[in-house]
Amino acid sequence: MRGLIGNRWAELGAMALLIGLVGLILPSGYYFRVGALVLVSAIAALGLNLLLGYAGQVSLGHAGFVGIGAYAVALLPTYWGVPTLLALAGGAVFSGLLALALGRPILRLKGHFLAVATLGLGILVAMVLTNEARITGGPDGMPVPRLELFGTRIRAPETWYWITGGVLLVATFFAQNLLNSSTGRALRALHDSEVAARAAGIDVARIKGIVFAVSAIYASVSGSLLALLNGHITPDVASFLNSIELVTMVVLGGMGSLLGSLIGAAVLVILPQALTIFHEYEHLLLGSFIILIMIFLRDGIVPTLRKRFTERGS
Amino acid sequence: MLAQFLQFTMSGLTVGAVYAVVGLGFTIIYNASGVLNFAQGEFVMIGGMVTVFAVAAGVPLPLAILLAIAVAAIVGIGLHRLAIEPARDASPVVLIIITIGGALVLRGIAQLVFDKQLHKLPGFSGDTPVNFLGASILPQALWVLGGTAIMVALVSLFFAKTMIGKAVLATAANRLAAQLVGVNTSVILAISFALSAAIGAIAGILVTPITFTHYEVGTMLALKGFAALVLGGLGNPMGAILGGLLLGLCEQLSAGYISSTYKDAFAFIVMIGVLLVRPSGLLGSKLAERV
Repeated sequence: MRGLIGNRWAELGAMALLIGLVGLILPSGYYFRVGALVLVSAIAALGLNLLLGYAGQVSLGHAGFVGIGAYAVALLPTYWGVPTLLALAGGAVFSGLLALALGRPILRLKGHFLAVATLGLGILVAMVLTNEARITGGPDGMPVPRLELFGTRIRAPETWYWITGGVLLVATFFAQNLLNSSTGRALRALHDSEVAARAAGIDVARIKGIVFAVSAIYASVSGSLLALLNGHITPDVASFLNSIELVTMVVLGGMGSLLGSLIGAAVLVILPQALTIFHEYEHLLLGSFIILIMIFLRDGIVPTLRKRFTERGS
Repeated sequence: MLAQFLQFTMSGLTVGAVYAVVGLGFTIIYNASGVLNFAQGEFVMIGGMVTVFAVAAGVPLPLAILLAIAVAAIVGIGLHRLAIEPARDASPVVLIIITIGGALVLRGIAQLVFDKQLHKLPGFSGDTPVNFLGASILPQALWVLGGTAIMVALVSLFFAKTMIGKAVLATAANRLAAQLVGVNTSVILAISFALSAAIGAIAGILVTPITFTHYEVGTMLALKGFAALVLGGLGNPMGAILGGLLLGLCEQLSAGYISSTYKDAFAFIVMIGVLLVRPSGLLGSKLAERV
C-alpha cells in the first residue's frame, strides 16, 4: 500500500514537473498553443485510460463526449446567456448521465458491446452537430464566446497553457483518488478476475458504468477547454477519427499509466503539427503510425520504459 | 402512391445490397480470424476507383473490372500480411484499431494515386430508366441486385462444397485443431482476406454507376456494413445480408417519407437500439451473454 501511495505522489509530481519545465522553456505563443492542445487532449486520454486500462472496456466514440463538452460552452452562452463555467459543468453532467444511461444496460453484456454502442453514439453526436446547422453553424462550425475570469477575457495561449495544465493535474489527482477508493479496489479486483470479483459481491456492471461515466465527464471537460482555447469549434471534434486518435494516445502512452496518457497525447498532437508540410500524406502517415504503434508499442511507452529501468535496477 | 413506394423500396434494396456485401465481407474475415476489419469499406472504394481509372486509361470495361478485383484481393492479402499477422496475439481492440489504421493508409494512398474528385461509371446496360408500375428503375440497380444475389450464392457454395471453403470453416471453428488435421491456416486466412476484399470490390464496381465513388467513400460504408452486421447478428453470414438489406430499406423509406437529413443516422440508431433490446441481433443466438 505504501508503494502505491509513494508511486501516486511520484506520478503527480512527475506530471507537474514536466508541465512546469516545458512551460518555462516554450519560446512563443504558437508553442504554448500546441502545449495547451497537448494538455487538453491528455485530459480526455486520462479519462479514457481509466476505462481502457482499468475497466478493460473500450469506447470507440469518445470524441462524441468531447463534442458535447465543446458545443456546451459554445451554444449555452451564445443562445441562453449561461455563464461559461456553468455551461462547462452542464456539458460534463450531461455527458456523464448519457454515459450512465447507455453504459448500464450494455455493460451487463459480456464482450466488447460497449465499443459498438459508443461507436454508434459518437457518430450520432457528430451528425447532429453537423445537421443542426441553424444553431451549430453546420460543418463550418461556430465561434465560442471567450471565457471571462475576474473581469478579464482569457485568450493568451500562455494563460491557457497554465490553466489546462492545472486542470490536468486536478484531473490526475481525482483519477488517483478514484483508483484508491473502494471503487478503485473493486476495479483492480475485476481486472484480475471478473468471476472472483463477482463472487466477492462486486457489482461488476455498476463499477464499469461508473468508470465509463467518469471517462465521459473527462472527455466533455476536455472538449469544453478545447473550444474555449480555440475560440471556434467545428463538428470535426466529434469525428470517428478523433475517437480513434484518443484510443491510440492511451495505448501509445500505456494502458493503466496516467502519466502515459500525457506522453501519448503529446506524441499524437505534436506529430501532425510537425508533419503539416506533408499535408498530402496526412492520412497515409497517421494510418501507418497507428499500425506501427499497435504492433510494436502495444504495451505503451511508459510501461515499457518502466520495465526496462526496473530490470536494470534489480 | 404505389409507384413512390416501389421507387423507395428499389433504391433501398440497392444501397442495402452494398451494406449486405460489406457485412458479408466483415463476417468472412471475422469468422476466419476473429478480427473485425474496419478497412472493409476501402475494398468497395478500391473496386470503384480502380475500374474508373482503368476505363479512363482506355482499358475495356470487363478487363478493368477484373483488374480492380485483383487489386482489391492483393490489397486484402497485403493488409493481412503486413498489418494483422504481426499483431496476431493482440487483443481484439488492438486489432480493430490496426484495421482502422489500415483503412487510413488505403485512403491516403487512394488520394495520392487517384484524386479527390467524385467519379462515376456509365451504367453497364445504359442509363435509361425502365418504367415498372410507375416507378422508374435504373437498369444498373438490377445489376447490383442480381450481382449481389449471385455473389452470395457463390460464397455459400464455396463454403459448403469446396475443400478450401471447408478448411476456412475449420480454421474458424478451431485454429489449432485445423492445423492438426493439416490445414495451412495462414494460407486460409490470406484466402479469407482476399475473398472478402474481392466481393467488396465487386459491390463497389456494381454500385459506382449509381452512387459514384470517391476516395473517402469507404468509412461510412464500413460503419454501415458493421451496423448491418450488428442488426443481423455478429458472425452469421445470412444475418449480415438480411441486416444490410433491412438497413438499406429503412434508410431509404425513412428518407423518402420522413426526412433525408438524418438518413445516415438511421443505421447507428438501429445499431444502439439492437444492442439495448436484442444484443444477439435478429439471427444471432449464442454470442451475447448476459452477466
